[in-house]
Amino acid sequence: MNGVHDMGGMQDMGPIRYEKNEPVFHARWEARLHAMNRALGLWRKWNGYTSRYQKELIPPADYFRMSYYERWYVGLVELLVNSKLVTRTEVESGKRAQGSPKATPPLTADQVAPMFTKPAAPASRELRGAAPRFQVGQRVRTLNMNPIGHTRLPRYARGRFGMIERDHGVFVFPDTNAQFLGEKPQHVYSVRFAARELWGEQAAPQDSVHIDMWDDYLEPA
Amino acid sequence: MVDTTRRDFLTAAVTTAGTAAAHNLAHAEDHDHDHAHQAVPSDPTLRVKSLESLLVEKGLVDRAALDVLVDTYEHKLGPRNGARVVARAWVDPAYKQRLLADADAAIAEIGFGGQQGEHMIVLENTPKVQNLVVCTLCSCYPWAVLGLPPVWYKSAPYRSRAVIDPRGVLREFGMDLAEDVEVRVWDSTADLRYLVLPERPPGTENLTEEALAALVTRDTMIGVAKVMPREGGQP
Repeated sequence: MNGVHDMGGMQDMGPIRYEKNEPVFHARWEARLHAMNRALGLWRKWNGYTSRYQKELIPPADYFRMSYYERWYVGLVELLVNSKLVTRTEVESGKRAQGSPKATPPLTADQVAPMFTKPAAPASRELRGAAPRFQVGQRVRTLNMNPIGHTRLPRYARGRFGMIERDHGVFVFPDTNAQFLGEKPQHVYSVRFAARELWGEQAAPQDSVHIDMWDDYLEPA
Repeated sequence: MVDTTRRDFLTAAVTTAGTAAAHNLAHAEDHDHDHAHQAVPSDPTLRVKSLESLLVEKGLVDRAALDVLVDTYEHKLGPRNGARVVARAWVDPAYKQRLLADADAAIAEIGFGGQQGEHMIVLENTPKVQNLVVCTLCSCYPWAVLGLPPVWYKSAPYRSRAVIDPRGVLREFGMDLAEDVEVRVWDSTADLRYLVLPERPPGTENLTEEALAALVTRDTMIGVAKVMPREGGQP
């Protein structure tokens, strides 16, 4: 979707506001929300792509007015309600509906530490997917496409020429997976775009932007 | 009104793939009042507290598990982890080679991994190459080695400009690059996570690995600052 979340290349957004000695969270509620979001993911009612897409659906004016974690709150409530883990009435009242079943949390305190210390599990890379259509060193062009759903092909990089620099292996496809339309595993490549290909003469001739591209975003050039 | 309907359709589409979407669309108008509540939460503290009680009451989350998660985010993750990786790469050329070739394995050697650090790529800065990491679409960031991202990294000014005007962004961070330096921007919009391996500053030949790690700041590993020979003010 051509939403405001896709902001690469937009201008006049103001100066970068740098905070010295920034805390991890600026308020307790941000920390609790972050933890809830993580713990609830283990119900496997949605995936990380769904969660991202849900926040992209926040209307533009609200998106900009909200802080980062306010967007998380809205997104999480939508996911909870849509997946029927809670009802909107329950969210509004803060009380469990009478007679609704009590579940057993899928994540207990002693199970948290291993989530952060275990060696990285290269699950995606072991996926079997479509054979790579492109080779390292090959010139490619990104599709000019404007899907109404979730995509990781930023607007500023559509219909542009680039070069495959690296094959990252196989990953699930967010465009379908975000909407539970299948994992569609396929190769992801690091594609180098000359800054001038993207932005014209105002960019420095030697600069570049590198974007990870799913196979389906590319065509031979 | 048109917008609301479209939004409801999208919301329906994301949650109920296929046939159910049409059903929800038919009821889109019923949802209009809900979207009023979707605006900025009026008091996030109360709303989140209320949501937590509800989820605990329903047995959907365990409060003690939330406590451990918060403690982990606040005290176990963070740029000190990434700094240890960088310092090791500076003192151990074989490690650096492994890190650039297979970052996941090399980072796991030091004991870091887990969520948002599963598919790491390490980018080496040189006197002629400055790497800069951004996520224009959201906030992708290598939690395992840097912790959670700072607000500026997730903000519109940085996300919008890092790709179109990286040199201007770097100037704002106090870095004036020579014209012959090549800037490589990495828009981490997929599942790969990027860590910049900054240049080791001159005059640090006699420092221990630990002392070197103390020089490495978060910003140098995002690519918006250079490592200073003495411990500096930036995080």
